[in-house]
Amino acid sequence: MEAGTAMERRSVGHRLAGLFHGRPRLQAGALLAGPVGWLVVGYLGSLAVLLIAAFWTVSPLSGELTRSLSLENFETLFNEPVYRDVIWRTVRIAALVTVTDAILAFPIAFYMAKLASRRGKAILIVAVLLPLWSSYLVKVYAWRTMLSSGGIINWALEPFGLHGPGFGLTAVWLVMSYLWLPYMILPIYAGLERIPDSLISASEDLGASPFTTFRRVILPLAFPAVVAGSIFTFSLTLGDFITPRLVSNSQFIGTVVFNNFVTNLPLASALALVPIVVMIAYLLVARKLGAFEHI
Amino acid sequence: MRTQDKHSGRTAWLVIAGLLAFMLLIAGCGSSDNSSTGKELTKVGKGEGSLSLISWAGYVESEWTKPFEQKTGCKVSDKIAGTSDEMVQLMRTGQYDGVSASGNASARLVEGGDVDPVNVSLVPNYETIFSELKDQPYNTFDGVHYGIPHGRGANLLMWNTNDVKPAPTSWDVVLDPKKAAKYKGRISAYDDPIYIADASVYLKAHQPDLGIENPYELNEEQFEAAIDLLKEQRPNVGEYWSEAAKQISAFANEDVEVGTTWQYQYFELLGGGKPVAASPASQGFLPKEGATGWSDTWMISSQAKHPNCMYMWMDWIVSPKINAEVAQFFGEAPAQSLACEQTAEKDFCTKYHAENPAFWKRVYFWETPVSDCGNGSEDCKNYNDWLNAWTAIKG
Amino acid sequence: MRLSRRSALLLRLAVGVGLAFIYIPLIVVAIYAFNSSNILEWPPPGLTLDWFPKAIENEFAREAFVTTLKAGAAATVIAIVLGTLASLAVARHRFFGRETISFLVILPIALPGIVTGVALNNTFTQVLGVELSLFTVIVAHATFCIVVVYNNVVARLRRASVSFEEASADLGAHTWQTFRYVTLPNLKTALAAGALLAFALSFDEIIVTTFTLGASEETLPIWIFRNLFRPNQLPIVNAVAVIVVLISIIPVYLAHRLTREEGGAAAARGGRTVEAEATAVP
Repeated sequence: MEAGTAMERRSVGHRLAGLFHGRPRLQAGALLAGPVGWLVVGYLGSLAVLLIAAFWTVSPLSGELTRSLSLENFETLFNEPVYRDVIWRTVRIAALVTVTDAILAFPIAFYMAKLASRRGKAILIVAVLLPLWSSYLVKVYAWRTMLSSGGIINWALEPFGLHGPGFGLTAVWLVMSYLWLPYMILPIYAGLERIPDSLISASEDLGASPFTTFRRVILPLAFPAVVAGSIFTFSLTLGDFITPRLVSNSQFIGTVVFNNFVTNLPLASALALVPIVVMIAYLLVARKLGAFEHI
Repeated sequence: MRTQDKHSGRTAWLVIAGLLAFMLLIAGCGSSDNSSTGKELTKVGKGEGSLSLISWAGYVESEWTKPFEQKTGCKVSDKIAGTSDEMVQLMRTGQYDGVSASGNASARLVEGGDVDPVNVSLVPNYETIFSELKDQPYNTFDGVHYGIPHGRGANLLMWNTNDVKPAPTSWDVVLDPKKAAKYKGRISAYDDPIYIADASVYLKAHQPDLGIENPYELNEEQFEAAIDLLKEQRPNVGEYWSEAAKQISAFANEDVEVGTTWQYQYFELLGGGKPVAASPASQGFLPKEGATGWSDTWMISSQAKHPNCMYMWMDWIVSPKINAEVAQFFGEAPAQSLACEQTAEKDFCTKYHAENPAFWKRVYFWETPVSDCGNGSEDCKNYNDWLNAWTAIKG
Repeated sequence: MRLSRRSALLLRLAVGVGLAFIYIPLIVVAIYAFNSSNILEWPPPGLTLDWFPKAIENEFAREAFVTTLKAGAAATVIAIVLGTLASLAVARHRFFGRETISFLVILPIALPGIVTGVALNNTFTQVLGVELSLFTVIVAHATFCIVVVYNNVVARLRRASVSFEEASADLGAHTWQTFRYVTLPNLKTALAAGALLAFALSFDEIIVTTFTLGASEETLPIWIFRNLFRPNQLPIVNAVAVIVVLISIIPVYLAHRLTREEGGAAAARGGRTVEAEATAVP
C-alpha cells in the first residue's frame, strides 16, 4: 500500500485517534466525561437538590414548597424524640444484621474458597447466587407467612412448647439477615480465594494450630472483604421500609421518609440526610480499611 | 508534576462546585406547573379509548367496568390506594385521569391544583343524587363543584367471634387502655394520621369536658389528649393496616382479632367463612360513640388525558343500577337516590341508612384538618401536625 | 489446608445450616405456589398445579416480565459503556481525583435505595419537569449499576499487562484499533460477569423503581408488589417467583462457566481467580 493513498484514506476514527495520541490528559478527560458527567450532574446534583429541599418548608394543604431557607425541619428532627428513636433503632438493627451476616457468611465462604472441590465450588456458587434472583418481595412475604401465628415457625416449635418471635423487631432482624446474606458471602468468598494456599501452608509448617492460623493469618487478610460486604448489609438495612412494614409495626428511617415524602418533602429530605451522612462516613472508613478492593 | 496536580485538583473541585451550584439554581427556579386553570369541560366528546383511575379497594370491579368498556370503549385501568396520602401522591404525578377521593384528600387536591372543577350539567345522573351529598364542604369549594359523590359509609368495628367476648358495643374495646390490654397484640388499627380522629370521636363521648365538637378540628389540649390515648393504644396494637387485603389475611390467620375496618374486608372474610362479626344493623353498624366514616367523591385530574372517558365514568358510576351494584358490593350507602329501587335486597337502603340524615349525624366523615377551623382563633391543628403526631404515636 | 476431623465436621455442619437457612423460605414459597387455597395457612390444605399455567397466561405478569427485561437490558448497556469508560480512565491514566472516582461510582449503590429514589424522583418531576416513565427507571438503574461493571473491569485492567497495548501501538495501531483488538478481548469475561450482575440488580429492584416508574408501565417487582396483597393473585405471584428462579439458573450457571476456565488457571497459581473477581460484587 503506498503511503500517499493510505494517508488520504485515513478514516474519521483514525484522525480522531491521532488527536488523542500523546495527549493522555485529553484521553482521560474524554473517557471520564460521560460517567463523571452522569454521576456528578445527574446523581450528586439530585442529592444536592434534595439537600436544599431539607431547608425549605411546605404548605400543609396544597403541598406547595416555600423556597425560603429555614431550619424548621432540623428543629423538628431534633426536638421530637421519635425521630431520634427511629434513627437509633435503624442503626442498631443495621449493625446487628451486619454482624449476624458476617458470622453466618464466613463458614460458607470459607468452605467454598478453601475446602470445596471444583464441582462443589461450582454448585455452591450457583446455590448462593440463585436466591438473589428470586424476588425480594416474595421472600419477605414468605417470611411474613412463616412468622404469622398459624405459620410454619410456630407449627414447628409447638411440639417443644415454644413459639416463634412473631412480628416485631426480632422478625425484622431475622428477615434482613436472611435477605442480605448473599451480599456478604460473595465478597468474603472472593477475599478468601485471594489468600494463597501457600500462606496457609506456611503458617501450618511453622506450627500454628488451625485456629491460630485462622485467627492470625486468615481473618486479618479476609477482614477488608468482610468490611466490603458490610457496606451492603448496612446500607440496605438503613434504607429499607418494605420489610419493617410487612413483618413489624416498627418505623425505620425509610418508613418515615416514605410516609412524609408526599405531604412534607422537606422533612423527608432532612431525615434522608441522616443515612447519607452515615453511609458516607462508613464508606470513608471502609476505604481506609481497604474494602474497596473487595467490592 | 505534584504542584500541577494540586492546581488541576483545585480546578476540578471548582468545576464540580460550579456544576452543583448550577443544578441548585435550576432547582430553585423550577416549579411544578400543575396548577389547575379552573376550567371545566363544556361538552363531553367521544371517548378517548382508555381511562386511568385511582380508587379504594372494591370501588372499581370488573362487574361494572366490563359493561362500561363495552358501552363506551374506554378501557379502565385502576390503581388501588390504601390511604388518602397515597391518593394525593399519585394524583400529583399527573398520570391518572380521576380518583375516588375522601374528604381528607379532596381539599388538598383542590388547593394543590391537582383536580379540575366538574361541570355537573354534563353528568345527567347527578340530578337525582341525594341532596344531602350535594354542595358539601368536601366536594364543593367556594361554590364550585369539584366532583360527583360516590357513596358514603362508616368505619366498622369488627371482631373475631371465637375469641372476643362479649360482643363489643363500644370502641373502648380497642381504645380504653384497660379493656384493650385484654387483647394485647391482637388489635388492628388503621395506619394513617386520620385515625387520630377515631380517638377524638371516642374522647368526645368519654371526656366531654374536653369540648370536642368536630373530631377533625382540634385545639392543642384536645389534640394532645387524642395523641396520648393513641400512644397508650400502641403497645396493644398487633398490626397497623393500610392495605385492605393485608388486614383480611391478618384476620383470617388470627394474627389480629378486633379493630377498625371497612365493610369490604368484613364481607370478604364472611365470604371466606371466617368467624367475624361487626356492629350489627340493629345498632346502626355503629358502636355507641359513633364512628368516623367517609363520603367519597369522584374527581377529575387537572392533567387528565382522557377527560371524556372520565365524565362518562362519573355518570356511569352514579347511574341507578350501577350505583346499586357498587353500594352492595362494598357495603355502603349509595349516592344515587334511584339506586334504592335497583338493589337486590329490598331493604338495602334502609339498612344502610341511605335516606336517614339523623344516622349520619353520628358519622364523622373524613376531613382535611386545617388551622383555620372557623372558631375564630386559627389554632386548630393542621394536616402536617397530624402527620407529625402520627409518626410520634407509632414511635 | 489441614483441619482436624472435628473442625471439618463442624464446618460442614455450619455450611449445611447456612444453606438450610437460605433455602427453607424459598421452599416455602415453592410450596405455596402449589397451594390449593388463596389464604395462606400452614400446612397448606391441598396441592395443585393450577397456578403455573395461570401465571404464564396472566398478561400483566408477562408484560411486566418483558418490561423488566427491557429496562434491565438498557440499564446494563448504559452501565457497561459508562463503567468501561470510567475504568479505562482510572486504570490507564493518572489524573487528579482518581481515588474519588471509585468513591463516586459506588455512592449510588451504597446509599440506601430510598435516598436515591427520592432524590431522582425529585429531580425528574420538580427540577426537570419530566414525566416518570420506563426511561427514568432506566436512567436510575444504570446509575447504580455502573459500579458493578466498573469494579470488574478495573480489576481486570489492573491485572492485564500494559505492555500488550504498548506493543500494539508500536506496531502502528491507533487508539481505537488498540482498544478493539487488544484491550476489549481481554475484558470480555469481566464485562460479561459485570453485565450479568448489573442485570440481576436491575431485575429485582423495587425501591428506587417505585419512585421513578410511571403509572402506565410495570416492572415485575412492581407487579408483584401490587398483587402480593390481593388474595386471588397471591398464589400466582408465588408461581411467578418460582418460575423466575428456575429460569435464572441458566444465566447464573452460564456466568459461572464463562469465568471458570480462566479461574482454574489462576487458582492453580494461588492467585485471585477471575471467578472470584467476577462474583465478588453484590
